[in-house]
Amino acid sequence: MTLAIINGHVINPADNTSAQRDVLVADGRIQEIGNGLRGDETIDAAGCVVAPGLVDIHCHFREPGYESKETIASGSRAAAKGGFTSVVTMANTSPPIDNAGLVELVIKRAREEACIRVYPAACATKGMQSEEITEMADLKEAGAIAVTDDGHDIPSSRVLRRALEYANMVDIPFLSHCEDEELSEGGLINEGYTATLMGLPGVPKAAEEVRIDRNIRLAELAGAHIHIQHVSTAAGVAIVREAKRRGARVTAESAPHYFCLTDEAVSGFNTNAKMNPPLREPEDVQAVVEGFKDGTLDCIATDHAPHTFTEKGVEFALAPFGIIGLETSLALTLTHLVGPGHISLEEAVRLLTLGGARVCNIPNAGTLASGAPADIVVFDPKATWTVEKNGFASKSSNSPFISHTLQGRVRYTLCGGQTVYSG
Amino acid sequence: MEAMAPAVWVKKDLIGIRDLSRGEIEMILDTAPQFLAVSKRASGIKKVPLLQGRLVVNWFHEPSTRTRTSFELAAKRLSADTLSIAASSSSSVKGETLHDTLANIEAMRADIIVLRHGCAGAPHILAAAHASHIINAGDGRHEHPTQALLDVFTMRETLRRQRGNPELGLDGLKVAIIGDIEHSRVARSNIHALTKLGASITLCAPATLLPRGVERLGVAQTTRLCEALADADVIYALRMQLERQSRGLLPSIREYVKLFRVDRDSLRYAPDHAIVMHPGPINRDLELSTEVADGTRSVILQQVTNGVAVRMAIMHLLANSGGARRARESQAS
Repeated sequence: MTLAIINGHVINPADNTSAQRDVLVADGRIQEIGNGLRGDETIDAAGCVVAPGLVDIHCHFREPGYESKETIASGSRAAAKGGFTSVVTMANTSPPIDNAGLVELVIKRAREEACIRVYPAACATKGMQSEEITEMADLKEAGAIAVTDDGHDIPSSRVLRRALEYANMVDIPFLSHCEDEELSEGGLINEGYTATLMGLPGVPKAAEEVRIDRNIRLAELAGAHIHIQHVSTAAGVAIVREAKRRGARVTAESAPHYFCLTDEAVSGFNTNAKMNPPLREPEDVQAVVEGFKDGTLDCIATDHAPHTFTEKGVEFALAPFGIIGLETSLALTLTHLVGPGHISLEEAVRLLTLGGARVCNIPNAGTLASGAPADIVVFDPKATWTVEKNGFASKSSNSPFISHTLQGRVRYTLCGGQTVYSG
Repeated sequence: MEAMAPAVWVKKDLIGIRDLSRGEIEMILDTAPQFLAVSKRASGIKKVPLLQGRLVVNWFHEPSTRTRTSFELAAKRLSADTLSIAASSSSSVKGETLHDTLANIEAMRADIIVLRHGCAGAPHILAAAHASHIINAGDGRHEHPTQALLDVFTMRETLRRQRGNPELGLDGLKVAIIGDIEHSRVARSNIHALTKLGASITLCAPATLLPRGVERLGVAQTTRLCEALADADVIYALRMQLERQSRGLLPSIREYVKLFRVDRDSLRYAPDHAIVMHPGPINRDLELSTEVADGTRSVILQQVTNGVAVRMAIMHLLANSGGARRARESQAS
């Protein structure tokens, strides 16, 4: 059984090609890319981009522990709908994924229920308590793709240094949430005019920036690769840029909301615009865009963080931090980065695929190489659609982009040659 | 006044001063004197039947004596039935959401909800989703609109008396607000009200209690009390919470008193006609010396008297104006 995806514009960041070609899929793998290819079945991709399945190295599927927000099954359906075929799930579940048995549990659940590839990250410290480092060799052997205490930073520089040294020995990426929680304590949105106007306690940008700098410097001390998560401020981007210039082994991500929205999105006490780090100011949005343009930021990650309608439908201070992002990430990138001409379509595809795959060494992701599993997204870069509250495949609908009209719509998502989404 | 086009109150709720136009603020201020007269009736019968048969619910999630009493009196003088729900007896401790609690109160046909809540934005999310009239009696650090309205009413009355001009507005008035701006909803609402009415404002606070970006609200700021007082017509001292010291925002109350207290010494920098105000309750000899609090410049008790009248005016406008009635009909249908 073969499948031909014909007449599409094929973008393959792995070999820097971008041209009108056909893709032939056989036995779940990419057999050939060329012209005039035909198969038993056909997807006519005229007017569409054909690219490697998207890769998100930062999402929360909440299982085990918070299945009312999301499950591995529902999260994977949301991912497929957004064009993603590989995701890295964070470890701050209940219990947190801090031992090999729990890594195996997530992998087992994903094998049984997920329609896409789920790569669990595991905790960097036991119980995410920032005290003792985890058995990273064991975690990696069980299938953990990275270690991270995402959601929290490690306050002790000594513990973080040892965690980075050990991760480097095991050769597993360290994903770093940078936040001085003494400085951000009690804060709900970015500290500044909007916070002052709304009477909400602020999170100063420095709470993130001082830790981006510290954490990179500790990684340099340890000789380790460190990946900076969800960079949200102008100075944060500049610190990463400078660290790369001096040769630090650092990679970094930002999320669509940090290049699309400012803290004004919180107006009206919209809890769906409450996340950590918080939405910042126009100069920060501009700096994040610049970071993608000059390669300071390696990939777009979603920080998909589902919370139920009930949990979010409370007083602003009491609502949990986080927004969903898997189903809007591609369209937001096309609308806000490609549309205004900040980056090319090819660069957008790279940031959404190969960029993250390389950070986490995800095998066979972000490529359309012959012989690789047929993880493919077909999207119409011109089609517009309006984000609707009831239109999400995710269990949750906590998105600040509801009622936004966006450009770029997924038509097909194939994982291992199987159509896992079509729309 | 008769010559002007009759303005009609249309808002369902009073959530914040930021949402009000200058015209709406003035409508409340112009409606208040008739209720002040009710409270001061020679007959001693301090009551009008404007809200007879209506239910006003005082729903307080934070302890309050002054504001709750003022609202309760205002409702009673309008002949409304009143009900108080205090935080300790409310459902929040049982895990019920704010929406559910209000839905239950509304199911008992409440007309006006007076909400005090520790979280900024609590009245906003309720007002958007419910049909009853919501009055914000203070939400977190965000707004305390009725306090600001009684404050600007008191400033206007005093100014008119001082200058012998019953038509005078607040344009050009210079107001110094002194104290913990960062945590103060009173300061925020007063900044909005005074700015809209044409007054100019100088904020004066320790650097640790001046919020970021506040200059974008169109105010001046200083950390030197003598500068703030230099040409002030109104000196507004805020209450200093004693816990600010333990949270590391002040080295000591002693030093705050030394640098920021409004007292006989610091008042030497202010013009002779400047009046002294305070939202209450006063920490005597902390932000205000007793001498000044009880002195001839102080209009603090007039603020309290005016507070009842201003709150009567607000309840009357919300419950009896055209826009409000439409909201009530939609609730009934």
